[in-house]
Amino acid sequence: MSTGASGFLERFEGVLGKLPGDSALRAAAAAAFRAAGLPGDSRGRRIEAWKYTSLRAVADATFQREAAPRHEAETILAGLPLLDAPRIVFVDGAWRDDLSAIPAAGFARFAQQPDFGTLTWPDREPMVALNTMLAEDGAVLDVPADHDGGVVQLVSIAASDADFHPRHSVRLGKGARLTLVEVSVGQGTYLLNTVAEIHVAEGATLTHIRLQDEAATAFHVSTAYADVEAGATYDSFTLNLGARLSRTEVHAQLTGKGGAAHLNAAQLLAGSQHADFTSVVGHTAPGCQSRQTVKNVLAGKSRGVFQGKIEVARQAQKTDGYQMNQALLLSPFAEVDSKPELEIFADDVKCSHGATVGELDAEQMFYLRSRGVPEAEARSILVRAFLAEALDAVADETIRARLEAAVEGWWERQAA
Amino acid sequence: MLEIRGLAASINEKPILKGIDLTVPAGEVHAIMGPNGSGKSTLGYVLSGREDYVVTGGTATFNGVDLLTMEPEQRAAAGLFLAFQAPIELPGVNNANFLRTALNAIRRAHGESELDAVQFLKLAKAETKRLAMPDDMLKRNVNVGFSGGEKKRNEVLQMALLRPRLAILDETDSGLDIDALKIVADGVNALRRPEFSALVITHHQRLLDYLVPNRVHVLLHGRIVRSGGPELAKELEKSGYAELIAEAA
Ligand SMILES: Nc1ncnc2c1ncn2[C@@H]1O[C@H](COP(=O)(O)OP(=O)(O)O)[C@@H](O)[C@H]1O
Ligand SMILES: [Mg+2]
Repeated sequence: MSTGASGFLERFEGVLGKLPGDSALRAAAAAAFRAAGLPGDSRGRRIEAWKYTSLRAVADATFQREAAPRHEAETILAGLPLLDAPRIVFVDGAWRDDLSAIPAAGFARFAQQPDFGTLTWPDREPMVALNTMLAEDGAVLDVPADHDGGVVQLVSIAASDADFHPRHSVRLGKGARLTLVEVSVGQGTYLLNTVAEIHVAEGATLTHIRLQDEAATAFHVSTAYADVEAGATYDSFTLNLGARLSRTEVHAQLTGKGGAAHLNAAQLLAGSQHADFTSVVGHTAPGCQSRQTVKNVLAGKSRGVFQGKIEVARQAQKTDGYQMNQALLLSPFAEVDSKPELEIFADDVKCSHGATVGELDAEQMFYLRSRGVPEAEARSILVRAFLAEALDAVADETIRARLEAAVEGWWERQAA
Repeated sequence: MLEIRGLAASINEKPILKGIDLTVPAGEVHAIMGPNGSGKSTLGYVLSGREDYVVTGGTATFNGVDLLTMEPEQRAAAGLFLAFQAPIELPGVNNANFLRTALNAIRRAHGESELDAVQFLKLAKAETKRLAMPDDMLKRNVNVGFSGGEKKRNEVLQMALLRPRLAILDETDSGLDIDALKIVADGVNALRRPEFSALVITHHQRLLDYLVPNRVHVLLHGRIVRSGGPELAKELEKSGYAELIAEAA
């Protein structure tokens, strides 16, 4: 069995006739993927957007597509800190009706064939091209105008050493509301390559919380495209704790007056973990606001990457853009790469970005220790405090408590 | 009893303390006065173990145990407490959690059971009430957004909860009005017992009206240049340090 890009392409050719949906689109995606290859693979092209993150390890891995699940999805699900709210569960990339509890209002359904939406350009991002080529299903959430969809959980459980390419579509009608909580976990060596297309219509509000707590040997790639109309809000928070390698990529377009996009994230990494948070915020309408605070806590030999781009079009006057990347290095071997980019064509805008990289503050450490708190405990208090400030971005207390519990779990794993 | 002999310390290779001799017997309160920059805060930091201060000579023992080889947290467990001249802000750390963590760390070190959140809150609320502090100070982040006076009171609250056997108060009275000053003095007086000692660094006679010291020492250029009874503080209030500085020169 071939590995790398050619392995995926061979498989695509094998299933081409059997895949649902628009075959021309899939063929175009395959051509794009063939040309690009896997980012960082020596057989592929050099891609600027993947400057700090290489998927070479993905190229070298063998994913057993046909393998029977090696782990009990039910057991993994039972161990999750889920909320008392509807849930849509995918196991090994496939919708599991028996494990799901879909919202009674009926706005969520399973896409038997991928809904390729209108926002993506499969030839632009190689991993999106790969997803477009191989996606078989996904969740579709269509919240009608002025409806409050409450909280919906989208759970991904990986139970096999395989690759999964779910394709989700989330659309909020005018004035609608939804809190989408995405949780991805698993066991084994697998690749989860999700693409989500998100549309937030005029005056609607989508709160999008993501908890990535994949297996320590897993690869997690997630690309989201969010289109935010006038007066609408896309408020997202991503917590990356797991995976050997993760890439979270968000493209948010503010297309109507007075829209807002919040792309906040925290990444806690140890060992040789690598996590890349990449965002592109496009201000194409006037008077929009974007906020990004990305915090990294890096232990061991881990590496955290933040690439954030704000593009302000000529007509997007009165744009208010803010971007902050902070990293706490807990070890001399940890590394952070931060690449902010501002591309501004309007003249009346307020855009700022900043980055801080530091170790724990010696005075704060001394203050705690002088009160009797042992050094290790003092360190953990200060790291938690640094993260608490990031988690403050999550307004819902119940959800924030779940994320805090996940952080505690991460912490316990490090101590073990 | 605190016994300091020939204590010398530097920061960034610059000598600050140049041979301090000082004995504070159990049950006594001693005041340390002296002009800015004379090394008063340094003495407090060195005794409590701040890493960037390097001890270059001398000894410091508390009840016969060598303080200088201990980690800061071990000194705290041994009963030492420093009220910081400039208390440190801890954004993201809830004050009540901070206080409980500190108290429980010290209780653990003493082989005592830890207090749960409910037990602790009861205790903390009683103390905030006694110190005439608003309850919401427990809910806020440690010293973040506190006024100068609130920060000082928060130090006194920590002292009251941790019940040290040796308290070093570094200008805890600076910038406080007379009511707050009394609270600080009451906080120390409440801890007074035969095995408790305090080292009170201050610029003002005022505090010493409420917290009458057994001895007053004047620190100048890293040395104790004069010691006396409570009347020495009154004298310095009138004459200032000019004479002492001239003598030292
Ligand atoms: N981090 C530092 N680096 C260099 N010199 C310092 C540092 N901290 C304090 N000093 C110096 O040490 C001396 C004593 O300071 P300090 O102990 O704070 O005095 P006091 O509390 O009596 O005003 C001063 O001359 C001060 O400038
Ligand atoms: Mg001082």
